[in-house]
Amino acid sequence: MHEMSLTESIVEIAVEAARKEGASRVTRVVVDVGALSHVEPEALEFCFAAVARGTLAEGARLEITRLPGAGWCPDCGKTVALSERFAVCPECGGFRVQMTAGDELKVREMEIA
Amino acid sequence: MCSVCGCGEAQVVLDKDKPANGHAHPHDHDHGHDHPHDHDHPHDHGPHHHDDGVIDYGQGAAGAHAPGVSQERMVAIERDILSKNDAYARENRRTLAAKGVFALNFVSSPGSGKTALLARTIEALKGRLAVSVIEGDQQTSNDAERIRATGAPAIQINTGKGCHLDAHMVGHAIETLDPEPNSTLFIENVGNLVCPAGFDLGEAHKVVVLSVTEGEDKPLKYPDMFVAADLLLLNKSDLLPHLDFDVGLCLANALRINPHLQTLVVSAKTGEGLAAFVAWIEASAARRAAALAKG
Repeated sequence: MHEMSLTESIVEIAVEAARKEGASRVTRVVVDVGALSHVEPEALEFCFAAVARGTLAEGARLEITRLPGAGWCPDCGKTVALSERFAVCPECGGFRVQMTAGDELKVREMEIA
Repeated sequence: MCSVCGCGEAQVVLDKDKPANGHAHPHDHDHGHDHPHDHDHPHDHGPHHHDDGVIDYGQGAAGAHAPGVSQERMVAIERDILSKNDAYARENRRTLAAKGVFALNFVSSPGSGKTALLARTIEALKGRLAVSVIEGDQQTSNDAERIRATGAPAIQINTGKGCHLDAHMVGHAIETLDPEPNSTLFIENVGNLVCPAGFDLGEAHKVVVLSVTEGEDKPLKYPDMFVAADLLLLNKSDLLPHLDFDVGLCLANALRINPHLQTLVVSAKTGEGLAAFVAWIEASAARRAAALAKG
């Protein structure tokens, strides 16, 4: 997954929202990243400072909230925890678990000044 | 991250072999491509059109820094990070549907034989279905030239250091290529099994191409791409007699990642399996057209 592109999107979304709010700068950006999403949080952090340079978000702190993965096992008939996208059901060992949570990629909120 | 996917650092850079006037030029919207957003377009993806059917993506000016003082406060945003790309993808999908164009997004690692497979498929579709092609590579227009040699119209997108195509680039390419109504559009993504998985281009299906010279465990190593795809083409089957590759194990691994994945074993060299792939394209295009007609 291309974290540089995603980081550019995060900064764009934050700067756009900051302009709408009439803010002069962004000091903190909070993003939700699901544990099963194709994103490496460390890579986002690595890219963020570079991408934010020269924008309203320059110097802002990026906070990443990891959301746990979950899936629906049709054999057990219930929602189970999922550590990998293709993991077996931790209850019955079946392969048919359908992911229901954990692939989130969202800018949740930010702090502006 | 960038060092993982090989896309270099910083921003997308203009093709160095091309005239340098693409740097920091304003985003001149002299095209009819509808942008699904209403802001003042501060991003730097101004494409540079060349007469030879190449679109370059260079870097543009950075945003402005406006100093000022006010109290710090939290603002809720709740926006999907991929929402911009997805909005462009919806726009592409709408444009393609309006013309009845059936689009496939081909993804794979470099060297899996995508271009050879596409050229051979275009030959097989001759007289049955019109095909045009969008080629994505970091540099050169070699692949578009290979496709044009088959007689099919093709346009090359050079992503510079970018490691995937995004829906915005493809929107411009669709507009320039102007595929004929009720035709098929092949989009050959940048060779990369990681990054292109998350970027919807507006295609009907992603088709992942894997070759038998790679490992049987590729689907386990790069699951996101196999989750995103609807069809797996296992290419270079002509080499199987010389390899220890276990086709059954490879397909089992792919189906473990994505139980809905359809699979075909093909060879761009001998033509094995291509009749089945052509049948899949025609059936899928017809199914799509019927679904669109129904509304």
